[in-house]
Parts: sequence; C-alpha cells; structure tokens
Amino acid sequence: MTDSTTLGLVGGLLQAVVIVAGAPLLVGLMRQVRARMEGRVGAGITQPWRDLRKQFRKEPITPRGTSEVFRAAPVAMVAITLVVAAIAPFVTAASPLPGVADLFVVVALLATGTVAIALAGIDTGTAFGGMGASRETTILALVEPTALVAIFALSVRAGSTNLSAIVDSTLAEPSAVLSPAALLAAAALVLVIVAETGRLPVDNPATHLELTMVHEAMVLEYAGPDLALIELGSAMRSAVYLGLLANLFVPWGIATEAGVLALLVGVVAFVVKVGVLGAALAAAEVFLAKVRLFRVPELLAGSFLLALLAVTASYVLA
Amino acid sequence: MNTVEVALGCAAGSALLAVLAALVVRRRARPAVVGTLTAITGAAGVVAGAAALLGERFAVELPWIVPLSGIALTVDGLGAAFLAVSGAVAVAAAIYGIGYSHHGLDSRGVQATFPLFVLSLLLVPAAGSITTFLVCWELMALTSLVLVVSEHRRRAEVASAARWYAVMTHLGFVAVLIGLLILSAPADGDTFAAVRAAAADLSPAVAGTAFVLCLAGFGSKSGIVPLHAWLPRAHPEAPSHVSALMSAAMVNLGVYGIVRVGFDLLAVDAERWWWLLVLVLGAISAGYGILQAVVSTDLKRLLAHSTTENMGLVLVGVGASGLFASIGSPVLAALALTAALMHVVGHAAFKTLLFLAAGSVLHATGTRDLDSLGGLRTGMPLTTAAFGLGALAASALPPGTAFVSEWVLLQSLIHGLPAPDAAPAAAPTVTVVVLPLAVAVVALTAGLAVVTFVKAFGVGFLARPRSDAAAHAIESPATMLAGMGLAAVAATVLAVAPTLVLPTLGRVAAGLVGSPAPIADAVSVELVGVTGLLSPVLVVVALVVAAVLVVAIPRVLAGRRARREARLWDCGGGPLSPRTEYTATSFAEPLQRVFDTVLQPVQDVDVTHHQESRYLIAAVEYRRRVPDRIERHLYEPVLSFVTRWGRAGRALATGSVHRYLGYGLCTLCALMLLLVLA
Repeated sequence: MTDSTTLGLVGGLLQAVVIVAGAPLLVGLMRQVRARMEGRVGAGITQPWRDLRKQFRKEPITPRGTSEVFRAAPVAMVAITLVVAAIAPFVTAASPLPGVADLFVVVALLATGTVAIALAGIDTGTAFGGMGASRETTILALVEPTALVAIFALSVRAGSTNLSAIVDSTLAEPSAVLSPAALLAAAALVLVIVAETGRLPVDNPATHLELTMVHEAMVLEYAGPDLALIELGSAMRSAVYLGLLANLFVPWGIATEAGVLALLVGVVAFVVKVGVLGAALAAAEVFLAKVRLFRVPELLAGSFLLALLAVTASYVLA
Repeated sequence: MNTVEVALGCAAGSALLAVLAALVVRRRARPAVVGTLTAITGAAGVVAGAAALLGERFAVELPWIVPLSGIALTVDGLGAAFLAVSGAVAVAAAIYGIGYSHHGLDSRGVQATFPLFVLSLLLVPAAGSITTFLVCWELMALTSLVLVVSEHRRRAEVASAARWYAVMTHLGFVAVLIGLLILSAPADGDTFAAVRAAAADLSPAVAGTAFVLCLAGFGSKSGIVPLHAWLPRAHPEAPSHVSALMSAAMVNLGVYGIVRVGFDLLAVDAERWWWLLVLVLGAISAGYGILQAVVSTDLKRLLAHSTTENMGLVLVGVGASGLFASIGSPVLAALALTAALMHVVGHAAFKTLLFLAAGSVLHATGTRDLDSLGGLRTGMPLTTAAFGLGALAASALPPGTAFVSEWVLLQSLIHGLPAPDAAPAAAPTVTVVVLPLAVAVVALTAGLAVVTFVKAFGVGFLARPRSDAAAHAIESPATMLAGMGLAAVAATVLAVAPTLVLPTLGRVAAGLVGSPAPIADAVSVELVGVTGLLSPVLVVVALVVAAVLVVAIPRVLAGRRARREARLWDCGGGPLSPRTEYTATSFAEPLQRVFDTVLQPVQDVDVTHHQESRYLIAAVEYRRRVPDRIERHLYEPVLSFVTRWGRAGRALATGSVHRYLGYGLCTLCALMLLLVLA
C-alpha cells in the first residue's frame, strides 16, 4: 500500500468520525454565539448532542399514508453526507477514493441529499411538505449555476476538478489565495453555502412560521430517530460545506503525509477553521433579516455574477 | 460472411415478416406476433451496431431496389453507435407494445407500420449514400406520422398534433434535401465517399449554406429551439411505445445528421462559426426546453420538453467539440464529442424508461395530468420504481445515467480554458466568453432538471391520490413491465458501469476528429490527455456502505423499537383532503415566478360576486397557462401570413372549369416563352 493510500484511508476514516462527532457541536457553537450576541445565556454547545440522544431513544413513528421514500430519505441523506465527509479533503489532502473526490461529484452528491429530503416532504402529502420541497428545490436549481461556475474558477488554476489536486495546487502556490479570482470565487461560494445549508438570509433555521420556513417545512412530519438523523445530517452538511470552503481557500494545516502528528495537526486545524467560520457566520446572522423568498433569486444572481467574474478574472488578470 | 451484414439482413427480414404478420394474423394474436418480430428486428440492429463498433466494417450496394441511384448501405463507427441505440430502444418499445396495443392499437395499419418505423430507424444511420439516406429519412417521417395519428379517434388533439408534425417534418426534409443536394452536385455520384472527396472544392459560402440548411433540417428533427414546436405536441399524442421510439431514438438521428455532415462529409470545410452556432442553439434549447418542462403539468409533455433539453445538451457537446477542433485541440474535441455521444446513449435509455412508465400510468389511469395523479406507488409499485429510476437517471445526480455524460461534458468545457500562465494565443477570446457561459447553462439545466423530475416523480407517484382514477390504478400487464425492465436495466448499467461503452464511443469520436482515444479502457472513467477521474461504481459502493452504517450504528447504540403509525399533522383540522396537497402547478410556481420574464405565463382570475352584495363572493375561477413564447412570436405571424395569402388566393379559384383551363394555357405559354428566351 502506498503512502498516500494509507493516508487517504486513515485520514478519510478519521475525518468522517470528526465530522459526525463534531457537526452537532458546530451547530451548538453557532447557536451559542447567536445567543450570547443577542444577550441570552444559551443552552451550551453540547445541547444538540443531548437532543440527538433523546431523539434516537424515542419510538420511530410513521405518519399514515407515507411510503418507503419517507422512511429511507433520512438514511440516504446522512449516508450521502457521510460519504462526502470521508472523501473530501478535510483532515488530509489524500482521498480514500480518488475517483469520487471530484468537486462536481461532491456538489452533486450533496444535491442528491437535498432531493431525497424533498421527495420525503412531497411524500407526506401535506401542504407543508409540498411547500418546503418546492421552495428547497427552487433554491437548489438556482444555486447550481453559481456553484459550478465557482468550481470552474477554482479548477482553472489547478487544471483539474479533483479536490486533492485543487488543495495541492493552493499549497504549492500560496499567493494564489489572494488573487482576484480566488477571492471572487470565495465570495460566490459563501453565498452558495448560505443558501444550501439554509441559513439567514435565505432560510431561518429557527423558524416554524409557515410563510417563511423552507427546510423545516419539509421535515415537519419527522419524529424520533428519523428526526435525529435529519438533524444530524443537516449539521453534517453545514460542517462539510464550511470545511470545503475552508480547505479550498485556506488549506494550511491539512495533513499531506501519513503520521500521527500530521493527522493530529490536520484535525486541530480543521476543527479550528470550521469553528471560526461557523462562529463568523452565526455572528453575521445576528445582523441579518431573512429576505423574502422571491428576493432570494436576486441574491443568487448576484453570487452567480461573482462566480462568472471569478472565471474571467482568472484568465484576464493572470 | 460479415456479422453486420447477417444482422442487418435479419433485421430487414424480420421487419418485413412482421409487416406481413400484421396483415394476415388474427387481431387477438397480432400484437404478440408483431411485437416479437419487431423486438427481433431491434435486437438484430443492436448486434449489427455492436459488431460494427467493435471494428467490423460493412458496405453494400443494391442497385436494383431504387431505380437510377440504387441503395447503398455503409456502417461505420458513427453510424454503428446510432444503429445500436435505435435497435436497443426498439427492443424495449416492441416488447412493451405487445401489452400496450390491446387498447385500440391492434388494427392492421398501425401494427404493420410499427416494424417499418423501427426498420427505418435502423437504416438511416446505416445509409451510405445521399439517396439512401433521404429515402430512409422520409420513410421514418411517414411511418412515424402514421403512428402519431393512430389514436385520432379517441382524442381530438391528435389530429392537430399530427398536422404540426407533418408540416414541420417535411419542411425539415426540404431543408435537408436542399443542403445534401448542394453537397452532392459537384460530387461524382451520391455516395458519402464521393461527397467527402468533393467537399474540399466547395467554396466557404456554399459549404456554409449547405451546413446551415442541414442544421435547420436535422435540428428540427431533434426538437432544437426554435424548430421544436412539433415535438411537445406529437410526442405526447403518439401511443407511448411510439413516443419512446420517437423521443429516444428518432431525435438522435437529427444529431447523427449534424455530426455526419459537420464532422465527416464537410470536415475539411468546417469553420468556427458553424460550431458556435451549434453550441448557442444547443444551449438555448437546453435552457428553454427544461424551463418549459418545469412548468408543464402534462406528464408526457414534460418528458417531450425534457427531450428538447437533452438534445440541446448533446448539441452543446457537439458544438464545443467543433470549436475545440477549430482552435487546434483535438483531444478536447474528442472528449466533448464523446460526452455528446454518451449523452445520446444515456438519454435513449432513460427516456425510453420514462416514456414507457408514463404510458403505463396513462394505461392505468387514463390521464397524463400530474395535477390529478399521485399515490400511484400503492397500486403500481413496479411502474413507480421504474419511473423513479428514470427520474434519477434524467436529473444528472450521482449515481445516475446523465451524470456521467454531463460530467464528461463539463470536464471538456473546463479544460477548454488553458491555465492562466499558458500563452494567450492558446485560447481565442471567444472561448473565454463562451465556455464559462456554457458551463453555467449546463449547470442551470441540471438544476432545473432536478426540480422537473422531483416534481414529476414526487407529485405524480408519491403523496396521496388526487383523483379516483389515480386511487384505483392497477399495475400494467407483464409485457409492459418487461419492456420497462429492459430499459431500467440499460439505464442502471450505463449509470454504474459507463465504461462498458464510453471508451468505444471515445474511439468513434476520436476517429472523427483525428485524435488519440479520450477515455482509457478502465473500470473508472479515466480521461486521457487531461486530468479527470470518476468512478461511478465506487460512488455506489460507498453510498451503500454508508447507508448500512447509518442504519446499523444507531440501532446498536440506541436499541431498536417497533415503528408506530400516527396521524399526519393536520393542524387539528381533521383528516386532510387531497385538495390540500401541493400539485404540480403549485410546486413549479416559485420557479415560474422567478422566470416570469422568460416564460410570460398567462393568468386569469374571474371573481363572481354574489347577486345581493358586491362584498360577498360566490365563486373564484383561476386559470393559468404558460404558452410557448417562441411559438407565439415566431410561428403565429407566419401562420397568419399563410392564412391571409390562402384567403387571397381563394379569389382565383372560382370553380369555373374554363378559368382553370385558361390558367393551364397561360402557364404553358409562359413556360414556352421562358424556354425560347433562355
């Protein structure tokens, strides 16, 4: 077994464990930051894990009239996110499955997870489920062009869409991080991530008001262990997206060679980067209001423009 | 004896036998006999195509069939790919047709036309001369027209759809005819080899005219905007197995024509603007097609619009390939063309599956309106599974069929831009502008396709039934399920193991643009010449392992408790009626609003007030329609112009025989005069 395969396998396993264990803590951290800034005490960063433990022990409930799609969707969503957590460069630059660690594959896989939940929302046959699914897929469709064009901008420099290759090229050429192309692409990807993880100003994760909710409307019928999976999956998605953002633009600290110390540094660097990004996102949210659903396309059109400028800049301002 | 020759002979023989059987066999047994023989025709087509793809070449001239020019058949790599695809679609459609035909489609005429249509689909890509090609092309148009009208007694819209189809397909034929005649005029004979040899002598203007004419004619067959108007009419109105053949096999032949003319016959004359035109038309078709699909509520119409979208994506690949060839990067040209061919193959598989499943729904419920379907999973579990698989394949999500080809397409587009430190001359400005926009269009299309198929599958098959017909739907007969099963297997294999066909298609594309093969022979999709690696098998394996872990770990840690049924949350208002469910219309409403300026929907709200008081409302009526905007602005003026001239011309025809004789005399005199003067 070569060195990079070992690193990929060990690192992949390690980062999957870190993300599963750490994602609820990330959510807890973001809530805590918001609470403190809003002058509340907050429930502490381990509260999401306590909630999950409670939900997992409950009795599973199937709403009448729903099908296998409803029951399989949470599993599919968490499984897809788990695969992404294992293969993308979070703790190590090497991937256990190089044939999957492609930026297009990762973005499309995460979209598949959204689709699974949207189908479950429709499957309930309630107005809320359909409404949430409709809104979520609309946002998904509009985010896709931005995401792919931003990927384009990132991959022009590396000459590949492989995640490890992109990370390696940034490590080899640190000044590229401050190039206009990279900055514009980063700005576009931040908006993509805000929309995909359902944060303000696109969606408010704390609301249950029918006029405004998007993600929560789809999962309204879930309870018990199924709900726990959904919550865990959403938290993992946030961690994965923030981790991608962090390591695509600021990959330092990531383990490039096998070794306990390198992996340890990789884990710490990853946790710190995602924590800082999450805290920053939560802090920014305090100052934002949710925009109307039909203003979201304008926001996304803006981010698309940034991504397109990033591609042009990578060529013109080289 | 050559395998291709034997297989093509078998195909022709069994098709003719099927025609004969349709005419003599009793009505009860007719669909089974004709369907079986047609399936054999299709299978023979697959064998012929596969043998030719593996390297066997075949050419034959049969001068005795058509007077003056005779028939010439040549199967090369490009033709073989399309031949195999047509054959495979025909096998599934023919088997499905056995069960589907028992409802008014078992008349002699319809049953005898079906095998002829399949045969023409096999012969068009095998044609080796312009006459042969045009004869087969017209046979294909006429037989499909007959099949489109086969249900005209049941639904009034069929006749109108068939008229649109007849007119547009023949205008397209005229364009192709003129284009190909321009090519064959200076050539010595009309075989493709002769045309290819004479192409170098054509002036750029003549070659360009011929290409644009062929593009218009072939593009209209593929449903390319703005010549798409017939497609969302004719494909839904045809019987479903015929829709599958039209949407999965016939439209491909338009692409075949464009590739054959642009990359083969006129390869030496090809100019950059041709391919930019193809790329732009493809991008517009992809975007416009999927936008129309998002807002349509008719299941088969939605699929027809999605055909326009997919053919648009194929043309984006073809156009990009030509563009790369013109800027001197044959490796990328081969890659883009491979992506286009792969998308043709994948689209054929999932569109067959989707149309057959839609036909199964129509068969069981009698409606194609998504707003009155829903809840089909209880009555029709297999059809639901088939449609779900097709929807996954069509929405370009991993692990789906279309994802692989779109990934290859995106890879070719992304590598089209050189690294910033490369010499600036390596990429002309046009590619710097076009390629990112092409990526954006492909991405937007992919995103909207997800919405379209989530809507079609979720609203149509999941949730609760929105009508009695949907509530009492029962599963289709075994032959229909077998047809769907074949298509489902093909779509799955192409999604999980695309490298069974990708390297072969890569070699075909490489042969056309003159480059080394762009895809390595490996289990994973491995690009040669540029970096890129995708392993669909590993994606599936990783997902399965992760799913097992996700199910197992919580059970081990938290224990397992029995599932309990509970009421849906109904806001305390009692059991929810299906009227409270989201429909296909409401599902697509946000996107319709977002793309308001493009789609320009027409909405009417009629409020009827109470007689006694204006403050009380008796009824509210809401109507919404999304008319095809291009159609309204492009076709309606032409149609009204033709109608006006028709009315004006009516004054000439008074019914007097003397007058008509006078017209004849005048024409004759004018002709004589012309001959004397010339």
